[in-house]
Amino acid sequence: MNILIYLLPIALALGLTGLFAFVWALRNGQYDDMDGASLRILSDDDL
Amino acid sequence: MSETRDYSHFVTQRGGHSSIELAVEGVACAGCIAKIESRVKALPGVGEARLNFTTKRLNVGWTTGALDAATVVETVEKAGYRAHPFAPQDVKDEDARTARWLLTCLAVAGFAAMNIMLLSVSVWSGNASDITGETRDLFHWLSALIALPAAAYAGQPFFRSAWNALKHGTTNMDVPISIGVILALGMSVVETMNHATHAYFDSAIMLLFFLLCGRTLDHAARRRMQLAAGNLAALKAVVAHRLDAAGNLVTVPPDALRPGDRIMVKPGERVAADGEVVDGASDIDDSIVTGETLPRRVAAGAEVYAGSINGSGALTLRVARSGEATLIGEIQQLLDRATAVRSRYVRLADRVARYYAPVVHLTAALTAAGWMLWGLSAHDSIIIAIAVLIITCPCALALAVPAVQVVTVSRLFGQGIFLNAGDSIERLAETDTVVFDKTGTLTLPEGRVANRADIAPALLQRAARLALSSHHPLAAAVAREASERQPLAGANEMSGEGVTALVDGVEARLGSPQFCNVAVDGGDRDGGSLIAFRHGDATALFVIRQTLRPDAVRVIAELRERGLSLCILSGDREPAVAAVAAELGIANWQAGVKPAEKVALIRKMSEDGHRVLMVGDGLNDAAALASAHVSMAPISAADLSKAKADAVFLGERLAPVADALSIARQARAAMMQNLALAIVYNIIAVPVAIAGFVTPLIAAAAMSGSSILVTLNALRLKQRKEERRDQSGEQARAEPVSGGPAVIGQQAVAR
Repeated sequence: MNILIYLLPIALALGLTGLFAFVWALRNGQYDDMDGASLRILSDDDL
Repeated sequence: MSETRDYSHFVTQRGGHSSIELAVEGVACAGCIAKIESRVKALPGVGEARLNFTTKRLNVGWTTGALDAATVVETVEKAGYRAHPFAPQDVKDEDARTARWLLTCLAVAGFAAMNIMLLSVSVWSGNASDITGETRDLFHWLSALIALPAAAYAGQPFFRSAWNALKHGTTNMDVPISIGVILALGMSVVETMNHATHAYFDSAIMLLFFLLCGRTLDHAARRRMQLAAGNLAALKAVVAHRLDAAGNLVTVPPDALRPGDRIMVKPGERVAADGEVVDGASDIDDSIVTGETLPRRVAAGAEVYAGSINGSGALTLRVARSGEATLIGEIQQLLDRATAVRSRYVRLADRVARYYAPVVHLTAALTAAGWMLWGLSAHDSIIIAIAVLIITCPCALALAVPAVQVVTVSRLFGQGIFLNAGDSIERLAETDTVVFDKTGTLTLPEGRVANRADIAPALLQRAARLALSSHHPLAAAVAREASERQPLAGANEMSGEGVTALVDGVEARLGSPQFCNVAVDGGDRDGGSLIAFRHGDATALFVIRQTLRPDAVRVIAELRERGLSLCILSGDREPAVAAVAAELGIANWQAGVKPAEKVALIRKMSEDGHRVLMVGDGLNDAAALASAHVSMAPISAADLSKAKADAVFLGERLAPVADALSIARQARAAMMQNLALAIVYNIIAVPVAIAGFVTPLIAAAAMSGSSILVTLNALRLKQRKEERRDQSGEQARAEPVSGGPAVIGQQAVAR
């Protein structure tokens, strides 16, 4: 069971990373325009 | 057009950076995004241009002074899309912040729940096999470490709302939720300190997660609707044409006008401010303010009010009052104050909460007392009591209503109905009487050709195409009939008289009967106006009148079949109202009703025990709209954003009224079903809890199960098909599935 001593912190850290990533994406406006995001794939701007 | 536009009113400046937000109409595909953004970005000085496809809004930023906001709007228009700026204070920043906050709370609750479940499932499976006490304690403490901060943050929406309610001495659904969460967490910490087998951290956090799901979806659905409504309001915005010192016309928003400015009001336009006529003569339609549909003749020296519609002559006005100081603005403010005193309708959910909280808390208390009497230790009795609190799952109850509301708001939105108030659905479902205004509500706001059946189709088309080149409101009615939207080349309009053009080498004229040399017989025209057409030897006389909405007769018949009492209260003259009532088959009607009388009549109906739905437009209905149990207004109503109606419907059909009522009834039925499900679940779960058999595993499963059940029941509403009432070739012009503004634009362009 000693493995828990580093598995648990790693699990928690991963969880927190996921949370921060989501909150960052939210603050950055990634969720403001879901329909637009799906359509922008089709534009040729970057080619 | 030689007119310049002054949009400086709409520009936000911060430091050396200016930005503007535009409502854009006609955006339908990926190509539109690319086209608009690339063209706007190509303008010198523009830093960023981003089109939000979901809200149909374009955000443009540029270095201050590099270009004029009007250039941006013109660029978008040249690309083929209608665009209009938002005033900075109209942008609903508050809603955006709440939406983000709710999503963040949801994320925190979700991540915490997932991680705690990780540990909980380990404990539960370990309890059945060989987990040691120390490991279990470690896992419980870790759960506490995750749960407590997460609940402190993610529970804010509920704690704040519950605190607010308690401060005012009432209770709502959030009070038992908050008590449940706090007690569950507290008890779990105490249990963990005592090295117990069970801890309820996961139940508490999962509860928060499910409830936040409901809240977030509810808020998102409402916000989406409000954004679309905001777009419509911006695109319908009245503009004023100010004459500057040199005599040039500048387009400005009405709020930018100052007393003393001279503005020009073109034929057919809405007057933008209160003022005195300086030059010109015309007929003014004051119906929006007084309800009187007969136009008033005005000339130099006459007073004109904001909101009224100009007739056939161009007027120059000197502004006396603008913005909120206008007559229309003052009436609006009076109404705002009056409706604040309106009796508060107690929402269904809150009514349930009133019973739920005391019953549940009493049960828990009795359970604790009972077990203690039976001999169990105080500690164990309290544990069982709190388990009872947890299992009674405000989850299903608090999701019962929001889940249905989310689905219903989307359904209504799909039918072109915007809700202004959250509890409108419940009030719509309770309606038993419908009161209609006539002008603009039962009848279409713009005139139509009433005698088109008497006119040869080819002649009608020729007249209609010529009418496209005229600004006259009567000509606009004829222009609606045109199937080819291309105006004739070389059309020449003589203001106030008519328009001429050469068609196949022969002169065609459209205008007043004298202009076209058409004889007018003294026949009864039912109050309609005349416009004549001559092409060579062929002549036609069009009677323009307000006509009933295309499906009015059928909708009224359907409402009557449903058993609703119907009534017309109109400020118009008796013959006009009598004719409409006869055509619709409504026996109960009154004409010449003043606004105050409308309110009194509706109050009397309410006192007699009827629940009244008032459908009306125009300021003269506003007080009545506010005093009825629930109200709806068509989109042509005075001001979309300030409408006192609970719901606004788009399009030319009256069907949305019937749709709203049926959708609301189905929603109410679903809400009741959900509440029944929640109660049944409680009846099963509570005895189990009282007997002391509830473990965190059972609590988690019960909570998830009941929430899913309630949500699935709400989703069932989506399966109901809306009746597609398309008859007599009338296209469903007002079906905004995802492009409300786009449809209105088509109508506007078609004029």
